[in-house]
Amino acid sequence: MGMTMTQKILAAHAGLEEVKAGQFIEADLDIVLGNDITAPVAIKEFYKMGAKQVYDKDKVVLVPDHFTPNKDIKTAQLCKELREFAVKMDITNYFEVGEVGIEHALLPEKGLVVAGDVVIGADSHTCTYGALGAFSTGIGSTDMAAGMATGKAWFKVPSAIKFQLEGKPGKWVSGKDIILHIIGKIGVDGALYKSMEFMGPGLAHLSMDDRFTMANMAIEAGAKNGIFAVDEKTIEYMDQHKNEHMKKEIKVYSPDDDAEYDETYVIDLSEIKPTVAFPHLPENTKTIDEVGEIEIDQAVIGSCTNGRLEDMRIAAEILKDRKAAKNVRLIIIPATQKIYLDCIKKGYAEIFINAGAVFSTPTCGPCMGGHMGVLAAGERAISTTNRNFVGRMGHVDSEIYLASPAVAAASAVAGKIISPDDL
Amino acid sequence: MGYVFKYGDNVDTDVIIPARYLNAPDPEELAKHCMEDIDKDFAKKVKKGDIIVAGKNFGCGSSREHAPVAIKAAGVQCVIASSFARIFYRNSFNTGLPILECQEAASKISEGDEVTVDFATGKITNVTKGEVYQAEPFPEFIQKIIASGGLVNYVKENL
Ligand code: SF4
Repeated sequence: MGMTMTQKILAAHAGLEEVKAGQFIEADLDIVLGNDITAPVAIKEFYKMGAKQVYDKDKVVLVPDHFTPNKDIKTAQLCKELREFAVKMDITNYFEVGEVGIEHALLPEKGLVVAGDVVIGADSHTCTYGALGAFSTGIGSTDMAAGMATGKAWFKVPSAIKFQLEGKPGKWVSGKDIILHIIGKIGVDGALYKSMEFMGPGLAHLSMDDRFTMANMAIEAGAKNGIFAVDEKTIEYMDQHKNEHMKKEIKVYSPDDDAEYDETYVIDLSEIKPTVAFPHLPENTKTIDEVGEIEIDQAVIGSCTNGRLEDMRIAAEILKDRKAAKNVRLIIIPATQKIYLDCIKKGYAEIFINAGAVFSTPTCGPCMGGHMGVLAAGERAISTTNRNFVGRMGHVDSEIYLASPAVAAASAVAGKIISPDDL
Repeated sequence: MGYVFKYGDNVDTDVIIPARYLNAPDPEELAKHCMEDIDKDFAKKVKKGDIIVAGKNFGCGSSREHAPVAIKAAGVQCVIASSFARIFYRNSFNTGLPILECQEAASKISEGDEVTVDFATGKITNVTKGEVYQAEPFPEFIQKIIASGGLVNYVKENL
């Protein structure tokens, strides 16, 4: 029986010729990731395990991105624990404020993940790196501790769903719309415990930023991982983002011809319309023409889902010579310092500020209701983030509508949710 | 015997323990805010040995281990659901919160039922309704982790 892309990567890292769905394996880890919320918990568990040193100081990556710059005394304490551990363990890839970015945008940009890697991260959106043809998945703090100590993690080999992408997406249709469309179709548990494997000729029309956005939200369908077939664009991206220090080896895996998939969906990208997920689940999707009159108080463009340069470019294209509506707070947060600098160089920063936006240094910020744009009771936000759960961005009686940067920017200008075409 | 708190599908980690409390990972603190955003009185009402029963995809959302930790610290002896989100599933075993997947139990047990659970056999007895349901037994590998008392001890033994 043939193997899927995911199964091949896992087999190689478990030292096995072949693995089957359902099998328990122990795999070698190329990267173990943690942030300022999950790593402090992991560090305690790490010491409880009796560990003294991390398995590889280059492969443990620590990113204080959620509550930074420290939002209050308690989070300052957490960041301090993380920093002290990083210093003590001599961690190469620890990123201090000023260098930091949202982890899932930062790691690919720094060349820390390449095709064929196995990555675990104590953050659910670790699945983002599947865009590069890596197996990467979110785990909890205790798994992270074990990973830091041993360089290994246990996995149940997942079965997979295949998404065969055909056709070319229309204007204003981005990776965000495609993944929201898919989640709307299969539901928030539609891929529970499984891999989502993306391939097909439609891939050629998706930028790397589109793919990162799609892989990022695989977890929103319950998936263990999302993974993309590797093509020239992937290789080009990895070449441009080589990590000189790590000297990582790229390994490209394709599914066997007789790989077994639980289901196959053929997705015609040309039929997808800009899509919005209504409160309080990412599966509550409507296409932009079905939205109706939804006034908004806040628009957020950023996060590990949509805080990349292409997202900024699209937002700038729409906001140029326009202004956010009078009562809308527009908050734009590029995901890394490099993207922030590029926004300044390319003139996007000026466009955003002239449009009346707050334009901030990288942080998770409002995405999880941490800081930089928390919602009050009864308020409504359109957001390019990935979750619209009850209370995710603030008060339990606030509402989040998930959308692409294009729709979020247009909606900020209109004061209600609209298509960029209707501006 | 445990009193049942019943919830629906897709109970996510943001309502199990809202992000605004993640700045202090102390279990007792987390327990005070457990389930706050869907059930304001949960933390006040829950007693040691009570049971949470829910629908599908329990624990979806973030990877925060604070979620099973908060539930466990609140005194809950076990969570029964028709399915669990996968990170929550791992985290529960790793942190020592027993969970059972059982569709029949998830649909037939009601709020307030008195229920007993036998972890060795996966047998769930609904004392109030006089019904018995059978959950999937744990896979062998997971049993090894449970036998060690969680992943910390398992690694400690094998480091
Ligand atoms: S941006 Fe949001 S989803 Fe992404 S890592 Fe930060 S908090 Fe999590």
